[in-house]
Amino acid sequence: MRLVAVTAGLTQPSSTRLLADRLAQSTAERLGETAGITVVELRELAVDIANAFVTGFPGARLRAAIDTVTGADGLIAVTPVFSASYSGLFKSFFDVLDPEALAGKPVLIGATGGTPRHSLVLEHAMRPLFAYLRAVVVPTAVYAATQDWGETGDAYGGGPAERIDRAAAELADLMARRAPRTAEETKVNGAAEEVVPFEEYLASIRPGN
Amino acid sequence: MQFGIFSVGDVTTDPTTGRTPTEAERIKAMVRIALKAEEVGLDVFATGEHHNPPFVPSSPTTMLGYIAARTERLILSTATTLITTNDPVKIAEDYAMLQHLADGRVDLMMGRGNTGPVYPWFGQDIRQGIPLAIENYALLHRLWREDVVDWEGRFRTPLQGFTSTPRPLDGVPPFVWHGSIRSPEIAEQAAYYGDGFFANNIFWPKEHFQRLIGLYRQRYAHYGHGTPEQAIVGLGGQVFMRRNSQDAIREFRPYFDNAPVYGHGPSLEEFMAETPLTVGSPQQVIDRTLKFREYFGDYQRQLFLMDHAGLPLKTVLEQLDILGEEVVPVLRKEFAIGRPANVPDAPTHASLLAARRQQEDQEKEITV
Repeated sequence: MRLVAVTAGLTQPSSTRLLADRLAQSTAERLGETAGITVVELRELAVDIANAFVTGFPGARLRAAIDTVTGADGLIAVTPVFSASYSGLFKSFFDVLDPEALAGKPVLIGATGGTPRHSLVLEHAMRPLFAYLRAVVVPTAVYAATQDWGETGDAYGGGPAERIDRAAAELADLMARRAPRTAEETKVNGAAEEVVPFEEYLASIRPGN
Repeated sequence: MQFGIFSVGDVTTDPTTGRTPTEAERIKAMVRIALKAEEVGLDVFATGEHHNPPFVPSSPTTMLGYIAARTERLILSTATTLITTNDPVKIAEDYAMLQHLADGRVDLMMGRGNTGPVYPWFGQDIRQGIPLAIENYALLHRLWREDVVDWEGRFRTPLQGFTSTPRPLDGVPPFVWHGSIRSPEIAEQAAYYGDGFFANNIFWPKEHFQRLIGLYRQRYAHYGHGTPEQAIVGLGGQVFMRRNSQDAIREFRPYFDNAPVYGHGPSLEEFMAETPLTVGSPQQVIDRTLKFREYFGDYQRQLFLMDHAGLPLKTVLEQLDILGEEVVPVLRKEFAIGRPANVPDAPTHASLLAARRQQEDQEKEITV
């Protein structure tokens, strides 16, 4: 099972990366020995992503990252909150993917911010983005505000650790229920070379069809 | 093997001088470049077709007809003719007329066009791009081969008893290439008709085009036109040369950095590593172009993009001198070495006419 975490944190070290790692570790523990974790740091690809917009094609480094993400059996996507939404870099990475590339893929979404007041970014920005990409997003999304890193929970609920474990369990469960992706499914850009005989195209344009 | 140039026809400010040519200057420059292509021994000049600024070539057959009158040998082509938004009846008429005026020195490259608003401007819907390309070409193909056509399709008004005039020269329709950057449907279309497939590979990494050309070759054979190796393949290229490669890079860099298509993105060096762009000495261009055969197999037509991004006419003409005198003669020689005898040249009017006569003679013998 290939578990991939995409993080759009910008600082080094970054709390976004920290959240991504915690989610990935918790998920991998539940999946058992078969899980391999790959982390894609978008910070390192920022220029490649911008270049892909300008030229219309991803360079070699970005191609490798795209292949990693599209070939994953489960994806963890974590962004810092910028201006009431996901960061531009985070969105840009998903903009250069083929729109079909994440269809049906189990995804766990997470976000980080300075205050808890932005937590609904997960529901109002992140979840619709992955719904558009036709990914299967697990019910629990994890938001970590700065203060959460010092919380252990209170009378009203568990702290971040509990939410991380719940979300990870949901992702691990979803991944385990699915057969690992076949070589055909993980081919870059889907099955672009699938041949439709030309007679079918001609038939489809006949009047009445 | 054919060598030539293709022009987008962009009016672009020269970033080194800040000067922008007028439309008149750019149009005349394109003509001058085409004449130069013949002078230096190239085989093909192809013009783009665009219907929005900053591009000038909206009326390709007007320009190609004028060039035809001033050249003797040059094959006049397009890169590309918009099969989606032009009326196929008008394409049939315009290019048959051009074929007569140019004594057969005409072929076309079909393309869908990538400028969204052109579709609604011409009454079409971009979401129907592929069906338009398929239906319009199916009609065009018949108009050039059947004297009287009855037609009903989804996109244009029906035809009853229609004859496209003039009829193709000697009854031989112009050879058609289908250009594509990403659509396997178009590779399939080219294969189905036994037409040429032109992969404009200049802006993208080669792996993508290896898959597309591989598909075309395999389907060309499937439809019984020959072996995969006999399929008719054309490729793009983009070069800038000076004797000393460092001079070439220094001179071309401001044009690269500000180019409308890819400027303000990756560095020149990165782009050269990822795409066929070669900026350097003539020998580097030769070495790089010869590699195309290793990636894509023996092929029939090589077109270079030489006159864009605001390069001044004088510079473009110098580039064509180098291309025609130092690069193409070596490429002709090298590409001929080891080329299997059964790999055909690109079809021309003369070769298509000869093939047709041969077929007619065979049919006569059978009836006798």
